[in-house]
This record gives sequence, C-alpha cells and structure tokens, in this order.
Amino acid sequence: MTWSATARGAHQPDNTAFTQQRLPAWQPLLSASITLPLFFCVGLAFIGLGLGLYYSSNGIKELGYDYTGYPGTSNCSLCATAGRGRSPPPACSCAWYFTLPELFQGPVYLYYELSNFYQNNRRYGVSRDDAQLSGLSSALRHPVNECAPYQYSAARLPIAPCGAIANSLFNDSFSLWHQRGPGGSYVEVPLDRTGIAWWTDYHVKFRNPPLVNGSLALAFRGTAPPPNWHRPVYELSPDPNNTGFINQDFVVWMRTAALPTFRKLYARIRQGNYSAGLPRGAYRVNITYNYPVLGFGGQKSVIFSSISWMGGKNPFLGIAYLVVGSLCILTGFVMLIVYIRYQDQNEEDEDEE
Amino acid sequence: METKMALNYQGKSQKRSAVEKSINAFLIVYLFILLTKAAVCTTLKYVWQSNPNNDEPWYNQKTQKERETLKVLKMFTDFLSFMVLFNFIIPVSMYVTVEMQKFLGSFFISWDKDFYDEEIHEGALVNTSDLNEELGQVDYVFTDKTGTLTENSMEFIECCIDGHKYRGAAQEAEGLSETDGPLTYFDKADKNREELFLRALCLCHTVETKTNDVVDAATESTELTYISSSPDEIALVKGAKKYGFTFVGNQNGQMKVENQRKEIEVYELLHTLNFDSVRRRMSVIVKNQAGDIILFCKGADSAVFPRVQNHEIELTKAHVERNAMDGYRTLCVAFKEIAPDDYERINRQLIEAKMALQDREEKMERVFDDIETNMNLIGATAVEDRLQDQAAETIEALHAAGLKVWVLTGDKMETAKSTCYACRLFQTNTELLELTTKTIEESERKEDRLHELLIEYRKKLLHDFPKSTRSLKKAWTEHQEYGLIIDGSTLSLILNSSQDSGSHNYKSIFLQICMKCTAVLCCRMAPLQKAQIVRMVKNLKGSPITLSIGDGANDVSMILESHVGIGIKGKEGRQAARNSDYSVPKFKHLKKLLLAHGHLYYVRIAHLVQYFFYKNLCFILPQFLYQFFCGFSQQPLYDAAYLTMYNICFTSLPILAYSLLEQHINIDTLTSDPRLYMKISGNAMLQLGPFLYWTFLAAFEGTVFFFGTYFLFQTSSLEENAKVYGNWTFGTIVFTVLVFTVTLKLALDTRFWTWINHFVIWGSLAFYVFFSFFWGGIIWPFLKQQRMYFVFAQMLSSVSTWLAIILLIFISLFPEILLIVLKNVKRRSARVHHLISSSA
Repeated sequence: MTWSATARGAHQPDNTAFTQQRLPAWQPLLSASITLPLFFCVGLAFIGLGLGLYYSSNGIKELGYDYTGYPGTSNCSLCATAGRGRSPPPACSCAWYFTLPELFQGPVYLYYELSNFYQNNRRYGVSRDDAQLSGLSSALRHPVNECAPYQYSAARLPIAPCGAIANSLFNDSFSLWHQRGPGGSYVEVPLDRTGIAWWTDYHVKFRNPPLVNGSLALAFRGTAPPPNWHRPVYELSPDPNNTGFINQDFVVWMRTAALPTFRKLYARIRQGNYSAGLPRGAYRVNITYNYPVLGFGGQKSVIFSSISWMGGKNPFLGIAYLVVGSLCILTGFVMLIVYIRYQDQNEEDEDEE
Repeated sequence: METKMALNYQGKSQKRSAVEKSINAFLIVYLFILLTKAAVCTTLKYVWQSNPNNDEPWYNQKTQKERETLKVLKMFTDFLSFMVLFNFIIPVSMYVTVEMQKFLGSFFISWDKDFYDEEIHEGALVNTSDLNEELGQVDYVFTDKTGTLTENSMEFIECCIDGHKYRGAAQEAEGLSETDGPLTYFDKADKNREELFLRALCLCHTVETKTNDVVDAATESTELTYISSSPDEIALVKGAKKYGFTFVGNQNGQMKVENQRKEIEVYELLHTLNFDSVRRRMSVIVKNQAGDIILFCKGADSAVFPRVQNHEIELTKAHVERNAMDGYRTLCVAFKEIAPDDYERINRQLIEAKMALQDREEKMERVFDDIETNMNLIGATAVEDRLQDQAAETIEALHAAGLKVWVLTGDKMETAKSTCYACRLFQTNTELLELTTKTIEESERKEDRLHELLIEYRKKLLHDFPKSTRSLKKAWTEHQEYGLIIDGSTLSLILNSSQDSGSHNYKSIFLQICMKCTAVLCCRMAPLQKAQIVRMVKNLKGSPITLSIGDGANDVSMILESHVGIGIKGKEGRQAARNSDYSVPKFKHLKKLLLAHGHLYYVRIAHLVQYFFYKNLCFILPQFLYQFFCGFSQQPLYDAAYLTMYNICFTSLPILAYSLLEQHINIDTLTSDPRLYMKISGNAMLQLGPFLYWTFLAAFEGTVFFFGTYFLFQTSSLEENAKVYGNWTFGTIVFTVLVFTVTLKLALDTRFWTWINHFVIWGSLAFYVFFSFFWGGIIWPFLKQQRMYFVFAQMLSSVSTWLAIILLIFISLFPEILLIVLKNVKRRSARVHHLISSSA
C-alpha cells in the first residue's frame, strides 16, 4: 500500500501523549514475588474446589441397566430378536429387577442412554423445521427441504413434525414398580414426565399450531405423522399441556446430543413417598421395547441417578481440579527453589566481587 | 531522456518486507495443514461409512438423490465441505489487520515530534506503509556523505594563493570589507595575484543572483541572494565577497564585480565551459574592460594539476592535500590569457562543436580539452561541509546495534576519509584496507596488483576472524576492527572486468572482505555504482536487509535499489525524499527511526502474525477433533454466527490495539541501548523456533478446549435440575473458553497497558458475553434454525460449566504463565548481575 501525505508533514506534529506514543501505561511484570503466592493460593483454592467436587460427585448414586438385549443376556433379548429385521417392530415388553439394600437418596431422576447413535450427524441435525415446531401454520403445511426424505409422506401429505430427528423419536417407555416387603405386591412408583425439558424450549421455542375449533387434532388435519410413529403427534399424551409439539419427551429428544453416546432425561421421581428417594426394597422396571438399536450396533440403557449442585455423577471435574491444583503447588515449590537458588547465587557473586 | 536524472533512473519495483515473506511461508504450512485435515477427514469418513450401519442407519436415511450421486463426486464435495469447515485456519482477516496496522502505525512516524526540524519546518514523511517493520531488520546501512552525513551548507574556510595560506575570520568580514582590513594573512602573495584569484572566484561559476528589494525601506538597500545548483559555488562566491570582491550579477553576458575599492568591474562573458563529472572542472572565458581575454578554470586537483605548468604545483599541492585530510572540499583555480588570434580560433571551434549535429558531446569535450591546457595555477580553495548534528553519535549507535555502515560518496578519497573519521565511522584503532587507484597505481598490470591486494587482505581478515562467522557480531567488539576504502574506478575494475575469467573470483573475494569489515567507504562513486553496490550486498548469502539514506538526485537509484530507502529533505531538492520510502529531515533521526520505531514495529507485527496463526489454529482444531465424534459429517462445532464473528469482532481489536501501542521496552531505553536492536535481527521472531512454539501452543490449547469439554459431558447432566445439554451447548462452552483464552493470552503478552488496551481487551470479552446473550435471547425470524436459542444463558446457569470454563482457561494459559515467570526470574537475575558487575 502506498500513499502520500505531503500535506501532513507541513506543520509541526501534535505534541500529545498519543501521537508521541507516550500514553500513560501500566507495565505489569509477573515477577516471582507476585506469582509465587499466586501459585500457592490458586493451587490451594483449586485443591479445595477439587475435593468438594470429587466428594459431591462420589456422593451421587447411579444405577443403570443395559437392556439392549444381546442374545442370552437378559429377558430383553427376546424382544430384541423379535424386533430384528421387522419394521415396525412388534410391541414387546421386558423387565429389569433390582433390589436396593438401602435408601437411594433422592431426588432421583430416570435417564435413558443410547450409544453409537449419531444425533450430531450433520445431515441428521439439520433435518428439522423449527418454524413448523414453533406452531407456524404455513410451515406446518410446507416443511423445509432439509426434512427430506421425511418431508412428505407417501401420500404427499406434509409430515408433522418433519425430519429425521422427529421421526426417530425414542419410543421405549418405562414404568417403575416397588415391592415393599418380600413377596408383597408391586406398587407403581409415580414418574413425573413433566419438567424434563428446558423451560425456554417448552414455553417459547416449541408451540403447537393454533387450535381449530378447540381441537388440536383438527389443527393437524392434512398432515401425516412421521413414518416410524405409531400415533400422530397430537396423541403423544392425553395431557393437553404435554401433547403435540410441546410434548416434553419430544422436546427433550429434539435437543440433539453432542456426542454419539448420550443420556436424555426420561422422568423425575418426586411424588408421594418417593420425594426423598427410593426406599430400600425390590424394584421392577417394566420396559416397553420398541426402539431398535441393534440395527446400527447401538446400545440402550436405563439409568437411575441422583443429582447434586454440580449435576450428575462426573469425577472428571473434581480430579482435574485436584491435579491442576497440585501441579500449581508443585510448580510453586519448584519456582521457589529456583528463585532462592538464583538469589543465593547472586549473593555469592556479590561476595566474590 | 538524456538528462542525468533519466540516465540514472531505475525502474521502481515493489518492495516487500521480510515479514511478508515469512507470512507467505507460514501460509504454505497452514495451507498444508488445512489440506491434510480435509484429506484425513474425507478418508476417515469413507472408512467409517464402509459399515452400512454408519453410512445410513435407519434413523438417518438419505434421499433418493443422495443415494444416486456418484461416489467420486460425493467424495469430492465432502472434501470441499471439509475445506470450508476448516478454512478459518487460514487467517484471511490477518491481511486486513496487517494492512490496518501498517497504515495506522506509520502515522506514528510522521507524528513523532523528534523528527521535526525547526529549520525546514517539517517532520518525517512516510511514503509507504509497507516497510515499517523492515526498519527493525536492517543489516546494512548505505549512506551518502554530502548532505546526509554533512550539512551540505558549504562554508568557505581558507584559500591558498601561490602557496600562501589565507584564512578568513568570518564575522569581521561582513562589515569591514575594506582594503586589507579583515583578513588574516599568514604571509602575503603578490597583490596582483590575490586580486586575480578573487576575480577568478567571482567569475568562474554559474551562480545567478536574485535581488530581494526591500521595498519599504527608504534607502536602496538591496540584498543579494545567490542561487546555484551547487552549494560549493555559492560558498566560493560568498568567500570572495568576504575578501572584498562581490559578484553583483550577470546581465546580458555582462558580469559585474564590485572590487575591494567599491568599483564595479564589468566583464563580458564569452563562453562557459560547463562542469561535468568526467572532466571534473569548469571554465569561463571572459573579456575585461581592457579587452584582454582571460580563461578562468576551477576544478578538482586531479583535473587541474596535469593542465598547468608544472613548476607551480608543489606548494599548492601540499596545501590541497592537507586541506583534504582535514575533510575540506578542495578546488584548484587556474587561469590563462588568450591572445586575440587564439581566441578567434577557439571561438570558431567552440561554436562549431556546439552546432555539431553528430557526436556533439565528444567534439565539445575535445575542444574543451584543447582549450584548457597550459594554464597557470593561481591557488586553491577549501570549503568546509560541516558534519550534521549528532552524525557521529548516530553512526556509533548504528555500529553498536550491529549494523554495518557503508559510506558511498562521489567525493575524493581524502575528503571522504576525514569525514568518516570525524563521524567516527572509522575509529583511531580501525585498520584501514585501501583498494584505490593510488594503491593499485596507474600501472599496466592493474589487475594483477588488484588481485594481489585482494588476496592479501582476505588472508589478513580470515586470519583474524576464526571461522565462526556466526558470532560475527560478537567478534566485532572483541577483535581488531577493519575498515575498507574503495573508489569507483577500482570497483568497476572488480565488477566489470567480465572478459576476464577471474572476475567472478574477484567479486567473491571482494565481498568476503567487505563482510568482515565494520565500515566501508566507497568514494568517487557514480550514482549507478551506488546502486550496484547495494544490489551486490543485497544478493549476498542470507540476503541481508539493506537501507540506503541519501539526500540528492544522485542517491535515488540507490534508494530505490535497497530494501528500505530513506530520503533526507536536504538542500539538493526533493528528488531523494520523493523516491524514498521514508524521509526525515536529518541524518540523526535515523537512530530513533531504526532503534525505536523499527524495533517496535517489528516486534508488533511479528507478534501480530504469530498470534493470528495461533488463534485460528486454536479455533479450528476443536472443530477438527469434533469430526471424530460426529461421524465425519462436517457438523460444525460452533454456531455460524460465532464462526463469522470470531475473527471480525471477538478477537480482532485487542490484537490491533496491541500491534499499534505495544512497547515491550520503553522507547527511551530502545534509543539509548542500541544493543537491543540485535535481539530481533535476522527476523528472529518469525523463525522456525518461535513459529513451532506458537503452533504447539495452539495445538495444546485446542486439544485442552475440546477434550476438557468432552470429559465434562460424560455425565447425565450438568445442572442441578437434571436437564440435559445438547451439541450447541458443547460448542458454546468450547467457544467461550477459546475466546477468553486467546484474549487473555494476548493480555499476558501485553507489556504496555494503555487505557486503549484495557478498553479493547475487556471490552471484547464483555462484547462476547453481551452478544451471546443477545444472539440467544431472541427467536430470529430470518434464521431457519433457532439452535442457539437460550443456549448461552442456560449454559451459564450451571455451576459445573462455570468451574469447567475457569479450569480450562487456566490450564490453557498455565504453560504461558510459567514461561513468563521463568523469563522474568532470569531477566531479573541478569539485571542484578549487570548491576553488580557495573558497580564493581
């Protein structure tokens, strides 16, 4: 770049701090006397935090069961074999029995986990129509092209909700039964299926289309459910506040996971006798086995987990804090030694001279 | 096209700085990384997809069209998609920032009041902003002498008439120009000779007068101003005035001279035999009132002595040589009376030659040659060209900074040599090696003698400097210093004897000698020869950076040839200043320009370049790693808005402010300690070492960002209400850590925190947070997907995320902090050492 500035040189330059590059400036120097205490302080703080994190993570209980049904592993294998190669797979149910020797400290949450399921695949991730999901009537009838091949049904009806994500909605269901005494009868533990989605998703981002004559079903008339669904979207739940696009299961599913192995919140256990947790005793989880995962080499599990202030069980953060904190203190010590050495050396030099 | 200007003109070529060349090298490396990344991802994608479960699981089926696309075509588009996904690794925005930095940065040079000169009321001028950083990389300085090292304001110091020395006392001369008054005569020459000499000074020149009438004044006081192309002539005319002979003017060929008795003498100017650099003399032929025709000639001693009667020479010659040793510019004056008959002939010849259509120059030269013979030497003049203010200090500082200073001048050797001593280019203990016509002698076996000398000098130097050419700069301070003097004719002998097979050999030996000398003086250089020398040095091994500084039109070719050309706004017009890259009023300004401005600009831009590559690698590496976890599906990790704004808004201003304001060392310290300049010589901050350091730092940080977040996500939930985050939260966490880390990394590097730095660094971070809230706070009607809706706010509602972000930033910066502290401990102890040793 060439430019000329004959005119500029014509008069005396401004004598300001900026033009003379003499702006007042703070010139920090990370000297050892500042950083050494800093290292120790940060190290101690990190170790403290790390311990806190580690123990709260350890205090979180998790109980999981892989019910994929690999042949011979459990009674879900029957369902798995039955469903293999058939689309849609036949309705099948299996169960998981477990015993709690002591109280499972609550509040307890029920998750399902899928693995080798690429919700973060780009083609999969874009296959949705947020305008349609926000209840826009025009978008309901005209889903975006990204939804293809789940854009229009075989009968050329617009699919609602369109796209691969919606089509692959997780459709296994769980119910939890508690046997209070040995040989006693199982009592169903109430599962709260609401409050599992983000508040903003449930209240703002996802909206049902305007009701027609007070009926959601009529609002969806002229659309087809996704090909893999057994029932239309407006029948996802009998609760009018939890059906259609604002069905919380559906909303949770639509927030695509970051990694190929992921958990999604299924239900909260917080009602009646179970608000403090699951009391000891024998339990049974009835599983309606619909969702085929063997086809793509995936696995599915059901998990009970308690939650603390830091979220679910994850030792990583605590350990990382502990490691970094100790590293800090270690380097602090090394620096201290180096520093003292240098000073000694300087003093010796002084003596010599 | 045959003017001196045109003949000496060289095409102007685009100058590019060493930094730009480094940038290009880095770009190639990064381009290679980009291609590798894309190729690796494409390959792995197809390896991964070879399992049909992965390629098309039931939950994610392809459209008919996608299935039917040719596989090769798909692979190609996949490759291109990966290129698009990773293209941010090539810092396109860097070019914009670099240009802005250079453009804005160059203002600081023209704003610097230290470069402002009270006399000419001008400061420095920046003609190009491309080369700011090159000022910090200079290895060789080529300087003109007259007008650059010296003032080019000539002052008549003394003269000698028939071997008698006359030295004037300048102050008294003005008022009392009476008969014998103001002059200090050491011993007198014949009065007639004196007057003849002074008349010669008054007549033999091409000076014109300009009268400035003072209109208001009642008296007719007029003030004479002399105008000439050469300051020497003015000095001579003014000198003559001091001795009582005043040149009043030239009207219609009538030259008027006011003599010591205040009488006006009128001479008819018959012919002017103009000055040229080959003859190195000029003459006039005048006719006085009495009708006598006289030729006056003045010129360089070498041009005049052979043309005068021999017996007169000795005394004057000694005088001239002494003067030259003192650094004065000397001229000899001679005259010759021409008989009317002879004049007829001469007149005819001259007119004939002037009218000639072919070979006019040669003919005129021949005629001139004929005329200017058998003259009588009257005397010699000595004119001082004073050294510029602080020229010596500047040269010393440049030497201390490890620069090699070469003086290239058209002056004669003795004059130039004494100037070099005066400005401390040569110290008293410098051993001088001379390669001049004098040492080679006018023998027929010139070349053999030259060869001998070259070999001898080389031996001497090689013996003195052991093979460690690397520690050359150190060696300077310890070993005997050598200086080389060479003149134009010898140089052309070395460079141009092309028919000789050994000429190439000469050149390389000569260069070896040059490289070992701290200072080189080239005298009697033609303008093009100056450029030739610069070119020769420029093409040396390791291609050193050259800087030329000069003031006159004769320096233009060298200014254009060198990497950086600096013009002095001198008295010989603006030719040099216009053709230069930078121009300053005085030679002394070179010190601050190189040591302070050059150093800072280099550090700033080098850091800028490294930082840009670093921050883009940090940015893209997590995105690359993410491909391994999303089935190589080109899923972007960050939202499109973040991808676009990262370089434009979130991280651009802090580095721009840094690259304009940073002073890692104070300007005053830089100027006063020239040795600091050596630290950055040889493009030190953009070598492989620092580049690898930054690249590995970036790779380390990128890995920390990604895997830190990856392990963070190995849990059911990060919130205490058990809700689950998705992929956009993952990306946003990585991105937040990224923005904070690269900005804080710059904050750690900043040594000079002005309010602008504070504003821009903290402002950028605040803007990022603000923007993220804003971007996620609204359902944007123009967006197809509302994927960022409330992601940022929801992310911040988790304590774990906060802790993870802080931890990851800390881990990323930890090596950097450690390094800085170690450096400071080292520096501190070094300083303590220094203090102790200096106090002891």
